[in-house]
Amino acid sequence: MQDTSTLQPVRWSGPGLTRIPYGVYRDAQLAAEEQARIFQGETWNYLCLEAELPEAGSYRTTFVGETPVVVVRDADGEVYAFENRCAHRGALIALEKSGRAENFQCVYHAWSYNRQGDLTGVAFEKGVKGQGGMPPGFCKEAHGPRKLRVASFCGLLFGSFGDEVPGIEEYLGEEICERIERVLHKPVEVIGRFTQALPNNWKLYVENVRDSYHASLLHLFFTTFELNRLSQKGGVIVDESGGNHVSYSMVDAQAEKDASYRDQGLRSDDANYRLKDPSLLAGFQEYGDGVTLQILSVFPGFVLQQIQNCLAVRQVLPRGVERTELNWTYLGYADDTPEQRQVRLKQSNLIGPAGFISMEDGAVGGFVQRGIAGAGALEAVVEMGGDGTASSEGRATEASVRGFWKAYRQHMGV
Amino acid sequence: MIDLLALCAFNAAYAETIDSDALERWPDFFTDDCHYRITHAENEREGLAAGIVFADSRAMLEDRIAALREANIYERQRYRHLLGIPLLGAQDEEGAEVRTPFMVARIMATGQTELFASGIYRDRVVRQDGGLRLRSRVAVCDSTVTDTLLALPL
Repeated sequence: MQDTSTLQPVRWSGPGLTRIPYGVYRDAQLAAEEQARIFQGETWNYLCLEAELPEAGSYRTTFVGETPVVVVRDADGEVYAFENRCAHRGALIALEKSGRAENFQCVYHAWSYNRQGDLTGVAFEKGVKGQGGMPPGFCKEAHGPRKLRVASFCGLLFGSFGDEVPGIEEYLGEEICERIERVLHKPVEVIGRFTQALPNNWKLYVENVRDSYHASLLHLFFTTFELNRLSQKGGVIVDESGGNHVSYSMVDAQAEKDASYRDQGLRSDDANYRLKDPSLLAGFQEYGDGVTLQILSVFPGFVLQQIQNCLAVRQVLPRGVERTELNWTYLGYADDTPEQRQVRLKQSNLIGPAGFISMEDGAVGGFVQRGIAGAGALEAVVEMGGDGTASSEGRATEASVRGFWKAYRQHMGV
Repeated sequence: MIDLLALCAFNAAYAETIDSDALERWPDFFTDDCHYRITHAENEREGLAAGIVFADSRAMLEDRIAALREANIYERQRYRHLLGIPLLGAQDEEGAEVRTPFMVARIMATGQTELFASGIYRDRVVRQDGGLRLRSRVAVCDSTVTDTLLALPL
C-alpha cells in the first residue's frame, strides 16, 4: 500500500502533548508554515552576542529560521537587524559572515543601505544622460529590507519579525532570566565557533536539548569513566509558555563524601575505565551554587550551556525539512586567567561535533529521521513523567519536551 | 635535517593507522607532551583557540580512543586519508615545522562514501628515539561545517 501520509496535512490526535505525529518532522507544507508562524512570527530568535559587535560598524550575518539577516552596530551604539535581502531584486546585501561596514551595498546593481537597513542609494536613479532611471515618483523610503525588532539580554542579542511579541524579559520568564544571568553575569568573549550539519528536522534537535530523560542513557562517557555521581541532584524548570526550559544538576556534596556509591558501579575497580589524563575535567568552582550542568533553551532555537566550566551558546537553524544547522559558539569570560582559559579549552572536548557527551546528539536525530521514513501517520510517545509541563526535581521526565510542543502548537495554531 | 621521504613515510603510517582501525596505536605518533587540535580555517584566521578536539598530552589522545571504544555511540564508519606532499618549513636541531594537506573520505555503514574533511596539518615534528614524533599537530579544516559528528581522529 502506498504511504500517503506525506500527502495529507499533519493530523494531531488530540489536544494533549503526549502524542507527536511523525509527520511534523517530514512535511514540507508544515515546514513552510513554521517559517511564517514561528520564525517570522511572535518569537525572539537568537542573532549573536553583543561581544561579537564590539564597535560602530561591526556586523554579522546570520539567519532567523531560513531568512538571512544582517545584525549591525551603528554609530549611536544601538544594534540594528534587517533582512539580508536587497529591496531591488532580492540578492543578499552582505556576503561575509562578519566584518566592519560604513554602509552596505548590494553587488548586483549597487543599491546601498545604511547601517539601520534604510535604502539610501539607487545607482543611476536619475538615469544616464537623461535616459532611463527610476520614475520620478519612486520613493526610497517605501522600499527596503524588512527590519527586525532587536532585544538585548545579558549580552545575548535576539531579533523578531513580530509586532506583538512581548519584551524579552517577559518572553523568557523570571526563572529563565535568572538562569541566564547566573552564567552571563560578566563580559564574555568568543573562543571558537563550529557548525554541525545535522541530518534531521530542526525540531528533533531542540527536543533532544529539552529531553532530560535521555542524558544518562544515550551519553555513556560520564558513567563509563565513573565521572557521574549516582547521587547527583537536579531538576527541570519549564516556563509558563512551555517553550523555554532549564535542566540542571549538581553534585550532592554529602553523598560525595559517602564512598558507598562506588559499590553500585559495575566497573568501579577497573582501572581501564579511568581517564589517563584526568586534567580533562579538573575544573574550578565559579558559581558558588554547586550546579555543574545547566542546559537552558529558549523557543524556538536557542541554547545556553554550562557544563562544568565549559560555556557555549548554540543556535539551531532549519535547512530544509530534513537538515538542520547547529552553530556552536564557545565562550570564556573576558577576565579569565590563562589557567582558567586552558580549563575551558580542555573541557570543550565534552561538547561540539566531537564532544564526549554531545557527539551522540548529532546522530540520534538522524536515526529518528530515518526510522520514521514510512510512518508519517503514526505518532511518537512523550509520556515520561505524565502529561504535563510542570517543573520538577527529577529528570526522568519529558516535561520540557511537552513544553516545547505546548509552545509550538500555540504559535502554529494547531 | 628531517628528510622529506621520512616525513612521507611517517604520514603514510599515520593515515594507515587510523584508516585500518588500529586506533590504539594512533597516540604513538605523538610525544608525551604533545598538542593535538582539530579546528578550521576561520577560527585560525581569527586567532580563536578552541578545537572540536583539543588535547595537550598523549594521555588525552589515549583517553579519546578509549572513549570511542567503550563509551561513545556512533554508527560504524571508517576513513580514507589522502595526504599530500609535506611542505617543510623552518628546521632546527630538534625538528621541523611541516605543513601537509589532507583529504578524508568517510565511509558509512550504509555503504555511502562522502568527502568528510579537507584541510592542512600544521605540524611540529621532532626526532625522538630514532624516529619522528608529532610534538604538535593542528588539523585545520577548510570548511567550518562538520557533517553529523566527528568520532574518529583526522
